Amino acid sequence: MFLNEDFVRRIGKNKMAMAGLCMVAFLFCVALFENELAPYPPDRIDTSNILAPPTYQHLLGTDVLGRDVLSRIIHGAGVSLSVGFVAVGISTLLGVMLGALSGYYGGALDKAVMRFVDVMLCFPSFFLILAVIAFIGPSIWNIMIVIGITSWMGVARLVRAEFLSIRERDYVQAAISQGASDARIIFLHILPNAMAPILVAATLGIASAVLIESGLSFLGIGVQPPDPSWGNMLTEGKDNIEIAWWLSLFPGMAILITVMGYNMLGEGIRDSLDPRLRR
Amino acid sequence: MRFLVKRIALMIPTLIGITIISFTVMKMAPGDPTSLMTDLNPNMNEEAVKRIRAHYGLDQPWHVQYLKWLKNMAVLDFGRSFAPDNRPVIDKIAERIPITLFINILSMVLIFSVSIPIGVISAVKQNSMFDRVSSLIVFIGFAVPTFWLALLMMILFGVKLDWLPISGFRSLNFARLSPIGQVLDIGKHLVMPIFVSAFGGLAGMSRYMRSNMLEVIRQDYITTARAKGLDERTVIFKHAFRNALLPVITLLGLSVPGLIGGSVIFETIFAIPGMGQLFYQSVMMRDYPTIMGILVIGAALTLVGNLLADILYSWADPRIRVND
Repeated sequence: MFLNEDFVRRIGKNKMAMAGLCMVAFLFCVALFENELAPYPPDRIDTSNILAPPTYQHLLGTDVLGRDVLSRIIHGAGVSLSVGFVAVGISTLLGVMLGALSGYYGGALDKAVMRFVDVMLCFPSFFLILAVIAFIGPSIWNIMIVIGITSWMGVARLVRAEFLSIRERDYVQAAISQGASDARIIFLHILPNAMAPILVAATLGIASAVLIESGLSFLGIGVQPPDPSWGNMLTEGKDNIEIAWWLSLFPGMAILITVMGYNMLGEGIRDSLDPRLRR
Repeated sequence: MRFLVKRIALMIPTLIGITIISFTVMKMAPGDPTSLMTDLNPNMNEEAVKRIRAHYGLDQPWHVQYLKWLKNMAVLDFGRSFAPDNRPVIDKIAERIPITLFINILSMVLIFSVSIPIGVISAVKQNSMFDRVSSLIVFIGFAVPTFWLALLMMILFGVKLDWLPISGFRSLNFARLSPIGQVLDIGKHLVMPIFVSAFGGLAGMSRYMRSNMLEVIRQDYITTARAKGLDERTVIFKHAFRNALLPVITLLGLSVPGLIGGSVIFETIFAIPGMGQLFYQSVMMRDYPTIMGILVIGAALTLVGNLLADILYSWADPRIRVND
């Protein structure tokens, strides 16, 4: 199993993984204690303090309605994290299911699934996501679902490859020869041993889901105002680009830190799992 | 030649798959396209809605609708735009494609000419200062949202320094400029969009090139070449570099959808009248025929990009032709 002591010890020694873990943990704390941490309510309008540059009162300045940018960034953390987790949950589930079926059963099913993957990869993913959103309408749930169903292909390919190779190992062959059911072999013998790369892919997947969500929200097709999201805060930054740089700078840094945290965690886990891959 | 025919034949099922998925996306809409015309019209009654639905074939079973739609697709008939101009979708797309392709091709040239040397030097001088710094920059580059980068560049180069224009494709006085002035004008407008659209690729390609090169340097034939007493230059450039470059060709094909998809973001930010901006506008207006048209054409362009990469690869690496 991948969560054994050895695994934990090796990850504990990996500086990159630990740094990433700290960043992600920090974000979780921010999201969890948003009300305690934010100096102001995120939607408190203060017309006497419109577009104020960073000061001691408003550390990161205020926006067009005089709302505190820092507070809005803090409240955006939850949105970002939940979109990342739910979207990746969906894509991982889909990818593991299709990849496992395809790798385990092979044959026509495998061909069909892999063809489906090829077709999905032909669509510029941003086009596909935008098109679906245009048809079903923007909302945070729709975005999670759409990002999920347009980003499972990598996981499917990976899981298929793992299944193809693990299927041939002696202990799986032994289980087959003892007459174990397909479900038992898939879930008990193969899947646990394919877990590590799936975990890495999922962690990196969260990073890209956060990026996509912020892009969609920036274009106005994601999380809708007045709910704060880092992406839609940047839209305000763009609208006031000539006068208020702080509206553009800080929400983007929040995205950067989040994405880097997940990337570091994911790559750190990969390096500590498979020293051969270390660059 | 046989290779080429085979590759093109393989594209057909993929193309059909693309149309099936696009059709499914279209059918996801709650209600149907006619509701856009009928909902706000007080003169509509049950009978008229029925007639419109029949006119568009929406009363037929879905597979009949799909085949009909496919038949139109085959002759690039995407219908008329729902936008006020009501023009044929294909015309609207056709006039937008050149600029999007132009920017994407230039950004691809930029990606290759910058990231290949970076990747090679990083690999050859592994763990050197250059390698460490460039790896760090690449790592950060992966996490930078391109639209944020665009905003920061606009603030720095457009607003603070006032060196570059922050929107559009040409200046207002474009027609009155001399030919050289016109080229310079377009160039100035495109500096930031091209850099922004290339940015993600720069990080990815540098890293890919570096790991390829590291992989190749470890191979036996490199050890052999060194053992023969060849000087390091020849070993790196003649033996290692050429082999490390091969997989990059595949990445060329794979990066097409990302570049085209990314055009939505940078064209919207910089107000460049390309396909990405048209797509964004259509999404905002729920101009379904145009959305469908761009979705299918975007995927088809990707397919063509992959085909070109395959051809290039088989030309560069004879082993592929033999094995296939």
